[in-house]
Amino acid sequence: MTIRRRLLLTCAASGSLLALTCLVAPLVGSTQISLLRALDRSIPFADNVDAQIFFIARMPRVAAGVVVGAALASAGVVLQALFRNPLATAETLGISAGAALGAILAITAESWISLGPFSPVAIASLVGALLAIAVVYLLASAPRRPLSTAVLLLAGVTLNAFISAIILFVQYLADFTQSYRAIRWLIGDLDVGTFAPVLGALPLVVVAFVMFSLLPSSLNLLSVGGDLAATRGVNVVNVQRLAFFSAGLATSAAVSLAGPVAFVGIVVPHLVRLVVGVDHRVVLPVAALFGASFLVGCDLIARTAMAPVELPVGIVTAMIGGPFFLWLLVRRG
Amino acid sequence: MAARAKRLIPVAAVACAWAAVLAAQQAPARRIISLVPALTEALYAIGAGPSVVAVSSYDDYPPEVKTLPRVGALLDPDTERILSMRPDLVLAYGTQDALKAQLQRTGIPVFDYRHGGLADITATIRRLGVETGHVSGANRVVLEIERRIAEVRARVAERPRPRVLLVFGREPLSLRNVYASGGQGFLHDLIDAAGGTNVFGDVRRESVQVSTEMLLSRAPEAIIELRVGAPPAGEQARREREAWQRLPGVPAVRSQRVFILHGDHLLVPGPRVALAAEDVARALHPEVFR
Repeated sequence: MTIRRRLLLTCAASGSLLALTCLVAPLVGSTQISLLRALDRSIPFADNVDAQIFFIARMPRVAAGVVVGAALASAGVVLQALFRNPLATAETLGISAGAALGAILAITAESWISLGPFSPVAIASLVGALLAIAVVYLLASAPRRPLSTAVLLLAGVTLNAFISAIILFVQYLADFTQSYRAIRWLIGDLDVGTFAPVLGALPLVVVAFVMFSLLPSSLNLLSVGGDLAATRGVNVVNVQRLAFFSAGLATSAAVSLAGPVAFVGIVVPHLVRLVVGVDHRVVLPVAALFGASFLVGCDLIARTAMAPVELPVGIVTAMIGGPFFLWLLVRRG
Repeated sequence: MAARAKRLIPVAAVACAWAAVLAAQQAPARRIISLVPALTEALYAIGAGPSVVAVSSYDDYPPEVKTLPRVGALLDPDTERILSMRPDLVLAYGTQDALKAQLQRTGIPVFDYRHGGLADITATIRRLGVETGHVSGANRVVLEIERRIAEVRARVAERPRPRVLLVFGREPLSLRNVYASGGQGFLHDLIDAAGGTNVFGDVRRESVQVSTEMLLSRAPEAIIELRVGAPPAGEQARREREAWQRLPGVPAVRSQRVFILHGDHLLVPGPRVALAAEDVARALHPEVFR
């Protein structure tokens, strides 16, 4: 089968799955609503609770799930190829930790610095993530020396541990209810409440995806080895830089929107590779589509499993993603 | 005869020791350490304040406690310091198992406490009165709480009872991670006493993390937010209130019945609980407090 045909087939399949999930997800939730009533224009919106739940609570949540799921899964694919390491994710690189530190400082300091659609916690976590990316990159790129992915990975892992220690320290000093809220933020959830924060994060994710679209062929060569890629005409350092910053940007936007939702960045890329093979020209778009439906699906479970109480989606992604991934891994042997 | 007397010595010693233990158990505590701010307040209210020798790191009321040594709190009690202060009663929270076990091994009595409803607050104050020898002080405080709450109930008795969402935490300037009172605990009882019906009265938990969907579907007619500390500056207060405008369909937002109350007494299940009930009732039913 040609690559074009495989791409078409797999994208059609994962795209249909995403469309189906996005159609079903807003119809189900902790409350029973009638779609006919929700779409009934003859009832004023202010009096139509079904419409409010559908358009204010559920649709933005599904949209957030699509954006965050696609961003985290694609970032996972890119980082794993860049480092030629199946465990590389935004968490191992300290990006999520940077975001978490920002968010926790905003929560404990009761910050009220907001910017357009970004709430104080969102803006602080975005700044934290971008700072972490900058620090890791500066550590790994000494002047007159090629970017070292080994140093990049080690710097990221160390920064992650270091920032996590600062987070624990801040939490230790914080008041009890603030610590509790910070811990809940760390679980990750998609209840954004309006479209505004999703639209705020979208430009960053779009820029990251444009950068991703330049990567697949180079990533294929890179994942075999830097030297081989260089002999095939790949500007290795430029590709590494592009891969690192695009994955960082996508993750920063996703985490500022939903908190560090666990496991999407690792489970989805591996699942996709197990099914469609290792060619990044197929893996990357399919991972984005499947990541989106995976997160929207997990959120659907999070919203309904313990109704009337709702779970944060981060609990569901880890609880479903982990065992499912292990099962697939063992089955494939 | 002498041999018989000699045989009686250990018996007498045991009896004396037993009597001493009994006496120690019955004697009111004189060196008290409180690890629970609500209980510290209660101790001072009933007149046992002079016996308090140390408090938790979260204690700041009454002002007298600010000069007392701090010995950790719920998650990080400083057992070594607690032991070194030779307390004769330690007030600990129910989940502090490791601390309680250590104290019991060294023979220091522990006052075991867990947060509960309004009735538990008064029962706890009475129990504290017995343990510290301030029974009449405790009775006085309990009667005062009961009288004031009964007065609040009487004032709002004839008023329609709005469906109330009582929020005690959320992310700044947003409606994410909203925490509200469930159908158990003193906050739930406060809503009831203040003449409202808790929208989460059916959820058998003390707190609920409320999603946007739940805010919309439960449709509260009044929203009360309780916040610790002094009110913020005008601009910030206005923006905090405005955060609710993102859900204009919620009846409470539509009818402008969103109240953000500030005060250190609002979230403490202690002797100032009647004051909190009055504040909530005044927000829900301003017409009967004019």
